[in-house]
Amino acid sequence: MTVPYSWVMALSAAIFVIGVAGVLLRRNVLVMFMSIELMLNAVNLGFVALARRLGTMDGQVIVFFVMTVAAAEAAVGLGIIISMFRNRETVNADELNLLKW
Amino acid sequence: MPLALFIFLAALAIISSLGVVIQRNPVHSLLALVMTLLVIAVLFIGLGAVTVGFLQAIVYAGAIMVLFLFVIWLLNLQVEERMTGHLALKFFGAIAAAALVAELFLFFAHAHPALAGKEMAPGYGSIASLATVLFKDYLIAFEATSLLLLVAVVGAVAIARRPSPSEADASGGKTGAAS
Repeated sequence: MTVPYSWVMALSAAIFVIGVAGVLLRRNVLVMFMSIELMLNAVNLGFVALARRLGTMDGQVIVFFVMTVAAAEAAVGLGIIISMFRNRETVNADELNLLKW
Repeated sequence: MPLALFIFLAALAIISSLGVVIQRNPVHSLLALVMTLLVIAVLFIGLGAVTVGFLQAIVYAGAIMVLFLFVIWLLNLQVEERMTGHLALKFFGAIAAAALVAELFLFFAHAHPALAGKEMAPGYGSIASLATVLFKDYLIAFEATSLLLLVAVVGAVAIARRPSPSEADASGGKTGAAS
């Protein structure tokens, strides 16, 4: 292993920030959702790198749990998006102001 | 993992994750996301997490992304969406992203170097080593995960399904007959 761990963490940070930018800049709810998946994966990469660095398996187990939670989140979130689209005929976050006062 | 391979994969990951944000067509965004997930899976394998890497490729890039693709098809989002965010949101979003990236890079540049990488134990990252930790130390969390998935599936079906006509009548009518 000749790759410095700080480089892997820097890559993780870069992907995380791209995900944050996607949530902030895009208005399509589906693409915002995909950006959230991007952030989850960036954090997973950090977990795996640090698990390798510490020589333990715990980081990889956490990645396993993050994947499971992401699957559950995707199922519920996409269900909500379908339900919203059925009622409002849009996936633009600016037009989804049902809960706004 | 050789350094050149890491740099190549890192460049690929950053380009494809930028593609997720920049592409206007949601399907193109999704394909860029699948590319990112596969590159991250290869990085996992290179970092010794073989089982998790394959799980990432099969479950994440395979199953969850197909779920996304089905929803995009279901909603029929072929129209190209323009980037119509508020100007202030874009401005502050860019500033916040730049601040975050600077902070994280500073943090990791000063990361403590004393914890140098240990030698990989034989069998590190294999199914057996993952399962040993998963079913010994994290057994409760694992069981809770199964409950979480069950609740998520039931909840997703309950949210996304169209109410049947009799239920719609029952909730809309004044008599409110329970079904």
